[in-house]
Amino acid sequence: MSKLDSKIPEGAIDQKWSKYRSTVHLVNPANKRSLEVLVVGSGLAGASAASSLAEMGYKVKVFCFQDSPRRAHSIAAQGGINAAKNYQNDGDSTYRLFYDTIKGGDYRAREANVHRLAEVSSNIIDQCVAQGVPLAREYGGLLSNRSFGGTQVQRTFYAAGQTGQQLLLGAYSALQRQVGMGAVELCARHEMLDVVTIDGITRGIIARNLITGEMEKHFGHAVLLCTGGYGNVFYLSTNAMGSNVTAAWKAHKKGAFFGNPCYTQIHPTCIPVSGDHQSKLTLMSESLRNDGRIWVPKKKDDNRKPTDIPEEERDYYLERRYPAFGNLVPRDVASRGAKERCDAGYGVGNSKMAVYLDFAFNTARYGKTEATKKNIQNPSHEEIMRLGKEVVKEKYGNLFDMYQQITGENPYEVPMRIYPAVHYTMGGLWVDYNLMTTVKGLYALGEANFSDHGANRLGASALMQGLADGYFVIPYTLGVYLSDEVSRMSAEKDKADSIDKLKTKHPAFDAALNEQTDLINKFLNIKGTKSVEGFHKRLGLIMWNKCGMARNKQGLTEAIAEIQALRKEFWSDVRVLGTANEFNPDLEKAGRVADFIELGELMCKDALHREESCGGHFREEHQTEDGEAKRDDVNFAYVAAWEYKGVSEWELNKEELKYENIKIAQRSYK
Amino acid sequence: MGSGHGTELNLTLKVWRQKNTKATGSFETHQLTGISTDMSFLEMFDVLNEKLISENKEAIAFDHDCREGICGMCSMYINGRPHGPKQGVTTCQLHMRSFKNGDTIVVEPWRSAAFPVIKDLAVDRGAFDRIIASGGYISVNTGNAQDANNILIPKTDADEAFGAAACIGCGACVAACKNGSAMLFVSAKVSQLALLPQGQVERKERVKKMVEAMDAEGFGNCTNTGACEAECPKGISLENIARMNRELTSATFK
Repeated sequence: MSKLDSKIPEGAIDQKWSKYRSTVHLVNPANKRSLEVLVVGSGLAGASAASSLAEMGYKVKVFCFQDSPRRAHSIAAQGGINAAKNYQNDGDSTYRLFYDTIKGGDYRAREANVHRLAEVSSNIIDQCVAQGVPLAREYGGLLSNRSFGGTQVQRTFYAAGQTGQQLLLGAYSALQRQVGMGAVELCARHEMLDVVTIDGITRGIIARNLITGEMEKHFGHAVLLCTGGYGNVFYLSTNAMGSNVTAAWKAHKKGAFFGNPCYTQIHPTCIPVSGDHQSKLTLMSESLRNDGRIWVPKKKDDNRKPTDIPEEERDYYLERRYPAFGNLVPRDVASRGAKERCDAGYGVGNSKMAVYLDFAFNTARYGKTEATKKNIQNPSHEEIMRLGKEVVKEKYGNLFDMYQQITGENPYEVPMRIYPAVHYTMGGLWVDYNLMTTVKGLYALGEANFSDHGANRLGASALMQGLADGYFVIPYTLGVYLSDEVSRMSAEKDKADSIDKLKTKHPAFDAALNEQTDLINKFLNIKGTKSVEGFHKRLGLIMWNKCGMARNKQGLTEAIAEIQALRKEFWSDVRVLGTANEFNPDLEKAGRVADFIELGELMCKDALHREESCGGHFREEHQTEDGEAKRDDVNFAYVAAWEYKGVSEWELNKEELKYENIKIAQRSYK
Repeated sequence: MGSGHGTELNLTLKVWRQKNTKATGSFETHQLTGISTDMSFLEMFDVLNEKLISENKEAIAFDHDCREGICGMCSMYINGRPHGPKQGVTTCQLHMRSFKNGDTIVVEPWRSAAFPVIKDLAVDRGAFDRIIASGGYISVNTGNAQDANNILIPKTDADEAFGAAACIGCGACVAACKNGSAMLFVSAKVSQLALLPQGQVERKERVKKMVEAMDAEGFGNCTNTGACEAECPKGISLENIARMNRELTSATFK
């Protein structure tokens, strides 16, 4: 019998969530005041969950490693957020968003969760607008939409190229409102180092105050991990420098299964690597594919300037290969397309590892429209381009500026050079329909869980999922568990040594705290010769080369051995300076890299075991004749949920994926 | 041109070192060679820190996170200017091509009574969070919203609100101001919400509470020098301060 119970409610797909909401156990307002919830992470999922739960009356504490909850990396999301509003009257519906997401995820996501996501998507937009989030509008005052990859409708809401920033500031303001009212206690510059469990049930966390180095014990009736993804295992990614897997990984080692760790999203449009000094990669939003056309020269090693290459000598390879979706194919398909062209020798730029993203065509198109609007007869080409540039600037100005600052090139004049980069991780802690992990009372929301995006996430769906989980899912699903806690508390109320009386005085808290203190001292006492950064870079290279955009059995087998060797070397030769009792960013990073090394091994093992290609997981041994991902639905239509058994040891558990509403099919965007 | 075409620089860095909030700090001088002009300013600091660690010296603590100019975490005062010599960029988006071979670069933390130094170049900007907690929001609990298109908002109003909402809360405005005033930061939030129909109900209370919280945090007064606007990496306009003053006047004298 499987250890996994996904707890999907009975009934028709479009009835499950509404029926669940009307029938789940509730916690009465008086009891909510005595229930404490710890929220780790303050991005879209964390901030929205914390504020919503505090509004309901729970006692909430929020932890973030940054100096303010507003810095969480959701802030950097550029392009937009999907919602099935059908404001454009172009055929959108809850079902279509559900369908697109399942198909986009290459039939490896759980139907019931995805349908719920599509159902609440509209509420998110309503909530954000009510908070004062200035989403883009048309001249008539209505909200504006644009297109994103993997769909044929316009359902993406946006705020220039800063959608994540605006949505996060909305959630952050809701959070700060609760902080101001005393309903949320904010612990900024704190890092969660472990989950505390008693008899297998979550009772709190150990956190380090990053300014003083003090180790703290925090009690909670439930703990919500809203700690984002683990893309930084690759060293170079579009994630923030501090984004890490530590909270999720420590939870994993305490019994939370890790779902589909190998599902990584490589985003097609990022600024290419410029040298060995590179510390991170910068995304150029998918929204640019609305107006940018991707191409390479038809001739190999064509060293002409892009503007000197005539139209007929350009290969718009996505439009050629995928006429139905063109430049708006999903991310995994677009990324592999770029890799294929570059590997075949058609890449551009000095490194030859880049393709062009060209705005000239659509700049001219906008320019002509503007000229017509302004009643300019027979405008010159220069006039058209000048007018078009103004439109492009309004839509993507901040992205174009960013590109210019980083590369020193002006994308209004020459096409951008772009190449795929690690961006998002679909894998994460396994959760059931309630978003609870395999550890009782421990939840995972947003990118930190595995549940909604299958093997490939569609653009503008991460913001949607983070806010769905926080605003509209967890406020209902948490009550199911906490109502049982209320019964337990009531039964134990006369017990002198009950959990609720002891709280952090329970010996389990001291044991966990001592264990983490020892770990910190261990880092400091190795006194080796190599920097933490150096180990991280080496891990990143192994992962990118052997567990990146294309994977094969030999490479993955080698990678596992290399990572195991790297782990041994790290623990005998890393150099961490300074002390434990002070602000020590290098020490923080040591802990994060140690966890990334262990995760890297699991990712490779997961990728090795999955003998098929699906979404972002591309095994070279499993492809169709024209180089598309070839799934094996007979043997691999399941979620791989890995159970930690000790150093380098995991047990595989499977959650079978049942498609009762969508017919599982070969994904085609042609 | 980018993409590995950069030249290399030799630089002298004078960096503020301070053990903790209470300690007295001082400048430390470092020589760096072979810095690629394609590097970002923070990548140059990564190189310096790796060099320090290899010499068994403690790395310089500095705040940074997204490295794409949006999180507002990086906060270096470079050659007397918050975020350095270039207009409209954060430190993480400042690239070494903005410097010349042989330059001496002086790097300090944000300096303001309301932003105590934590260590080296990292400061505590918790005051900003507390100001937002005092009123920088619209009181709408989750689940209470009407359909998003029920309230029409003229595009120009939405765009203006967005312009104010683009503030990243980095604190460069405070660091740039000789009085250490937080008026640009506070006024950006006041403006955003005052410009939108959803923000009307709490409009008067909000500005009063936020200004009160700002004063309580020990920020200085505004004397209209405009240094904040000049140094703001996101181009937040001084007009927001004028609007906040009007808002405060009309909220105070009914």
